[in-house]
Amino acid sequence: MLRRPALKDPRREHARFRARAWTGYALILLALTGLLTRFVWLQVVQHQEFVTRANANRIRLVYLPPPRGLIYDRNGVLLADNIPAYRLEVVPERVPHMQSMLQQLAQVVPLSTEDLRRFHDELAQQHPFQSVPLRMKLSEDEIARFAVNQWRFPGVAVVPYLMRNYPQGKLFAHVLGYVGRIDESEQARLDPERYAGTLQIGKSGIERQYEDLLHGKPGYELVEVNVDQRPLRVLERVPPTPGRNLYLSIDARLQQAGEEAFAGRPGAAVAIDPRNGQVLALISVPSYDPNLFVSGISDADYRALLTDPDKPLLNRALRGLYPPGSTIKPYLALGGLELGLRTPQDTVDSTGEFYLPGQKRGYRDDQRGGVGRVAMVQAIEQSVNTYFYRLALDMGIDRLAAWMGRFGFGRPSGIDLPAEASGVLPSPAWKRATLHQPWYLGETVIAGIGQGYWVVTPLQLAHALATLADHGVAHAPRLLLAEQSGMGAPRVPAAPAPAAPSFATSVPDWDTVVQGMIGVVNGDKGTARGLGVGFPYPIAGKTGTAERYSRTTSAYDTHLTNEQLAERHRALFECFTPAEDPHIAVVVVLEHGAWGGSAAAPIARKILDAWARERGLPDTPLTEAPPG
Amino acid sequence: MNDTAARLRHALLRLIVRPRLDLPLALALLLLAGVGLLTLTSAADLEVHVIVAQATRFVLGALLLLAVSRVPPVRLRSLTPWLYAISTLLLVVVAVLGEGRGAHRWLNLGLLRFQPSELLKLTMPMMVAWFLAQRPLPPRWRDMAVVGLLIAVPAALIAWQPDLGTALLVAAAGVFALFLSGLSWWRIGVLLGALAGALPVAWHYMHQYQRDRVLTFLHPESDPLGTGWHIIQSEIAVGSGGWFGKGWHQGTQSRLEFLPEHTTDFIFAVFAEEFGLIGVILLVALYAFIIGRCLWIAANARDTYSRLLGGALAMSFFVYVMVNGGMITGILPVVGVPLPLVSYGGTSAVSLLTGFGVLMSIHAHRKLIDSAG
Repeated sequence: MLRRPALKDPRREHARFRARAWTGYALILLALTGLLTRFVWLQVVQHQEFVTRANANRIRLVYLPPPRGLIYDRNGVLLADNIPAYRLEVVPERVPHMQSMLQQLAQVVPLSTEDLRRFHDELAQQHPFQSVPLRMKLSEDEIARFAVNQWRFPGVAVVPYLMRNYPQGKLFAHVLGYVGRIDESEQARLDPERYAGTLQIGKSGIERQYEDLLHGKPGYELVEVNVDQRPLRVLERVPPTPGRNLYLSIDARLQQAGEEAFAGRPGAAVAIDPRNGQVLALISVPSYDPNLFVSGISDADYRALLTDPDKPLLNRALRGLYPPGSTIKPYLALGGLELGLRTPQDTVDSTGEFYLPGQKRGYRDDQRGGVGRVAMVQAIEQSVNTYFYRLALDMGIDRLAAWMGRFGFGRPSGIDLPAEASGVLPSPAWKRATLHQPWYLGETVIAGIGQGYWVVTPLQLAHALATLADHGVAHAPRLLLAEQSGMGAPRVPAAPAPAAPSFATSVPDWDTVVQGMIGVVNGDKGTARGLGVGFPYPIAGKTGTAERYSRTTSAYDTHLTNEQLAERHRALFECFTPAEDPHIAVVVVLEHGAWGGSAAAPIARKILDAWARERGLPDTPLTEAPPG
Repeated sequence: MNDTAARLRHALLRLIVRPRLDLPLALALLLLAGVGLLTLTSAADLEVHVIVAQATRFVLGALLLLAVSRVPPVRLRSLTPWLYAISTLLLVVVAVLGEGRGAHRWLNLGLLRFQPSELLKLTMPMMVAWFLAQRPLPPRWRDMAVVGLLIAVPAALIAWQPDLGTALLVAAAGVFALFLSGLSWWRIGVLLGALAGALPVAWHYMHQYQRDRVLTFLHPESDPLGTGWHIIQSEIAVGSGGWFGKGWHQGTQSRLEFLPEHTTDFIFAVFAEEFGLIGVILLVALYAFIIGRCLWIAANARDTYSRLLGGALAMSFFVYVMVNGGMITGILPVVGVPLPLVSYGGTSAVSLLTGFGVLMSIHAHRKLIDSAG
């Protein structure tokens, strides 16, 4: 050991050490005070901000989309419900390489180009921390395969959801419409809070019309998550308010019977309760499966629907435009009576040809040589054109158009469905405004038999018929019967459709027209004779056969087969029953039908049969003959 | 044979029944260990094996403390150069053969796996005290240069491992001995100036992850998901604790694992989150008391060696608290310095308690007449 005690002074060293030690301790205390000051700054001054950030760390707000309201028919038959399904969702910010991830994922779960296109569209619109749906409606097999491979795909998860389902398939596609993914323009106008967590919205039909009722109010969960975003517990839960259940006035059995009666032939049928405007059936054939649209229809399926020559996507009941033909004759006859131009007893001679004074062109009856002298009831029963040519001339086009307007021709019926067509009720004013041409007298003549520029939708015609059946009270057609705030809750009846007071001035006049219409079905020479056989109530009806192409020759082509006639004719039929107290009015339009009475009327009868069956009446045939 | 056994039993009995301990310091350490275990229990989310492992370390440390407290400072002093040489040599061995995650710190001795750098925390102040105790004080440039070399070689070896935190602590222990030896203030000024000038050089030799830590310390928000994450989450934990804290085991930042390293380097943030500013003040006061008591013991020591050694150990204890507290509150860069007797793991609890054993020994042998002979 090396020691140099001579140079050391223990007492002074000790004193110096004490001084240094206490100086050091003072500095240490100063430093620790400085450290505490920092704690005060964080824990007192900035406390609130850090509390907020700590909560932002651990609490996630998860929106709970509301279950969409269910849709039933008037008897509680389920038309639209929600079924549990699974979809793939991606949180973009947790995916390191999106492209390669998608490529690898596609080997586990098939991804269509439509899926990828939609995904990329939404990816561009959303925040990277928001979950973006990638594939809807996974099969059990796909879920299992993904579960095994999940570890390879951070940020991708299988998420349960409720998928809209239409158990009746294409039977109600044109009534219900369908739901689909919310698109960009819808996103812009929707209340973001109400649609938080919701991916779909009603795109057409009832689904669109009553979107506001069907879509409930979202709930939310405050979820505590750990650093891996794994949810640990629910701190607060506000359950969603489900959308309201809707009961439609439609009767599924009528709908079914009518749809079957068409047997795939393009056309449309509408049944309305004339007393209140409730729509009992709304059929458009052919139809499509709305379930295809729910999870995003594939390009191939959509193209097939678009290019189908029978246009299954066209709602013929609502937007199909057809010349009404002879179906307008009862309304015209009524106009003649109401306007004082005719009495029921006035007769007109039908010779087979009708000529305007000074004109060469002849306007024909359906039967060569005519039927001779007919009064109003026979004219309706046998659909005598000459009677109505003359009546139209006597009435004049302006009065004719004004009168027909009262039945709702030429404007939308006001049904609670979107995108209803208004048809055309021609008048000189209309022709000037749209075609910039003067009105010709011959056009008045053919307006008398529902030809020319005049086009109606089946719904419009049904609305007019219901107005006729209810003696001039026009109830706007209604599909919504009642709503319900949840399973088992009381059904709240929907507000009745607005109805103008009756414009009928003479009830016997209306009865005369109805007599004619009863004759159509029950008279010996009725154009739909035999239709009422075995039916428990008297049916009042009217046939219509409208030409799709104008005739090039004036010759009668009696040798044409029904198939050939069907190619050039549209067959129409309108009827209501019971004739003296109408409960149901039915309109049928068959796009390719030879004659209204033979082709369209049986479809109407099938609907009436379904209706009668429902009222607990025995099936046909009846022993006693129907009255009237 | 019988005689030896009796003496051994006697020695053991004396160790337990009549330990030569400074009671205030011992109680303060006991309290600190209790607080440490309590905080760790929460931070480790009630995982029993963690708590048992830590308690085992405390028991081992306490036994070492008791054992070392029986060794007179004179004996320590005579062993000092050897201990220093051996521990430095072990550092070299570690540099060549060591193992560990990304850093060569550990030495695997079969059953025992330990970091030789922990030894330096004790042998460094011992060596500096040993050297200065035999030099005229206050030291001159020549002695300072020797001390500088004694500090620099092991510190550089540790920093090269790389373990900046331990290197800092080891160097600090040596520097404090120098400071306590009465180094004149103007020399201190010159040294600090030189240190400031050497910073860019140090930067040059730093590892990238160390540079990143310094950079993120300066701008934590620049990399909120990378290295800045530690600082941000720690500040959130501390700040959200408020005056009274969220309560034991109620800290969301640690329980939900937003706070990284919440049982080890960042356990102070857990403490601050759960016990609030009140708890922090009490804990810092406890540390301040322990440091003060240790300095008091050193000031009353018998000789210069004991004084310098005890004082240096006391002041390096402060460095732990300051660097760790500064780190978790974002006023100092992230360096791996544990909160003494609270942070989980490592050999630091054992080496710290051994250090306190030295202080207990100094206290026990403060009288000029050494009873242990």
